[in-house]
Amino acid sequence: MSSIPENVRYTETHEWVRKDGDRYLVGLTDHAQHEMGEIVMAELPEVGAEATKGDAMGGLEAVKTAEDFFSPLDGEVVAVNEELEANPSLINEEPFKGGWLFAVKASDDSQYDGLLTAEEYKIHIGE
Amino acid sequence: MNKKTPLYEKHVSLEATIQPFAGYLMPIKYGAIKKEHMAVRESVGAFDLTHMGEFRVTGTDATAFLDKLLTNDASVKNGKAYYSTMCYPDGGIVDDLIVYRIGDQEYLMVVNAANLDKDWAWVESHLQGFDIKVVNESDDTALVAIQGPRALEVCVKLTDSDLDSIGYYEHTTGKFAGVDALIARTGYTGEDGFEIYMKYPDAVTVWDSVMEAGKEFGIIPIGLGARDTLRLEVGYPLYGNDIDHSTTPIEAKLGWVVKLKTDKPFIAREVLEQQKAEKPGRYLVGMEVTGRGIPRHGTPLYSGDRKVGIVTSGTIAPALGKAVCLGYVERGFQKRGSELEAEVRGKRISVKVVKLPFYTQGSRK
Repeated sequence: MSSIPENVRYTETHEWVRKDGDRYLVGLTDHAQHEMGEIVMAELPEVGAEATKGDAMGGLEAVKTAEDFFSPLDGEVVAVNEELEANPSLINEEPFKGGWLFAVKASDDSQYDGLLTAEEYKIHIGE
Repeated sequence: MNKKTPLYEKHVSLEATIQPFAGYLMPIKYGAIKKEHMAVRESVGAFDLTHMGEFRVTGTDATAFLDKLLTNDASVKNGKAYYSTMCYPDGGIVDDLIVYRIGDQEYLMVVNAANLDKDWAWVESHLQGFDIKVVNESDDTALVAIQGPRALEVCVKLTDSDLDSIGYYEHTTGKFAGVDALIARTGYTGEDGFEIYMKYPDAVTVWDSVMEAGKEFGIIPIGLGARDTLRLEVGYPLYGNDIDHSTTPIEAKLGWVVKLKTDKPFIAREVLEQQKAEKPGRYLVGMEVTGRGIPRHGTPLYSGDRKVGIVTSGTIAPALGKAVCLGYVERGFQKRGSELEAEVRGKRISVKVVKLPFYTQGSRK
């Protein structure tokens, strides 16, 4: 069973989203990191890039597979997790903390409320 | 219905990630692939490779039969093994395999699990005119590989056979962990190591004994995930990824197992002779990734705007800390240092043709 904390929202493409002051932190869920296996490279968006809900923002390379990750909200990328450059395995080790991917300043905060709750995400992944 | 190897319950109790592969439920990884990979590079690991296929060829014409079917020369000494391709008349590859010469008139062919049925049909369709018997022993032959620089130290504890005197690509038959086995110094990792063939009921005894004997060297079980990264790091091709019916051994730089200097009339000889003389239009090369990303099977390769090739395998190379890949490139782009671009997730990343193997520090003797 994967960890599905209640204090964040989720997407069907396996990102989690957490309100952090006036921005939202985005990361990969525990379920998804476990499915991918050891992540060895994270290609992150540029700070200042436009984020469009549902658009690919970057990619993650695991030993055996590669996956894009997507923006859960419209807005602007205001920070990326530079720790991942040297230590991409943080995504595996602490997916909801040190393994966050990027932060977005949302242009429409109500989009957050439309994201999946923990309960809904649990059903989505069949747990 | 997928088959289980006699070690299936071991893998379950080790909490392996188990997936169907070539009709068997096989362990892909037990923990982290990188950790398993490094255990084999630095010390020793144990693999269940029971899915591999084994055909025993016996009879007066055993050598002649293999010299027709396979591109490499079967006239090795008893106790030696050789690597070969098996080709269709058009030069395309049916499979790549290891052949152990057991005696004057006896060989064991070890083929890829995914090709087992196809290979067996191919072998059977060429029996006419040869005084031989071929037996498919795949369903009751188990295979455990012990690979890594400490593999010898593990294996000497389990047999009275003089393993020191067995060179790379040599083998012997004898007791191993108390059971009858073929003990071969072969592998697919670039490291020193042994492959132990035994009957199904003996597999658990061998596995448990190997794990016990390897304890002091930190032996761990290794899944098929790390098997793939290990072989790729030393540039060994994988059938289905890097070689198949549409590629020839000349294109795949396996010309060293195509014995054109002998007078053996093997299948595809003329086609391969001609291709070698005229030079193929493409070559399989190793490439180091200098940009960010990992090209994988199917990733296109470009020189400027022109598509000049395709990646057939790619991975992070754990012992090198960078991404590497194999792929076919048009003749003219295969030279060492040749700079190309791979299109990964819509972006171009730089790759450079390098000498194989990528990893050169292996303990292979």
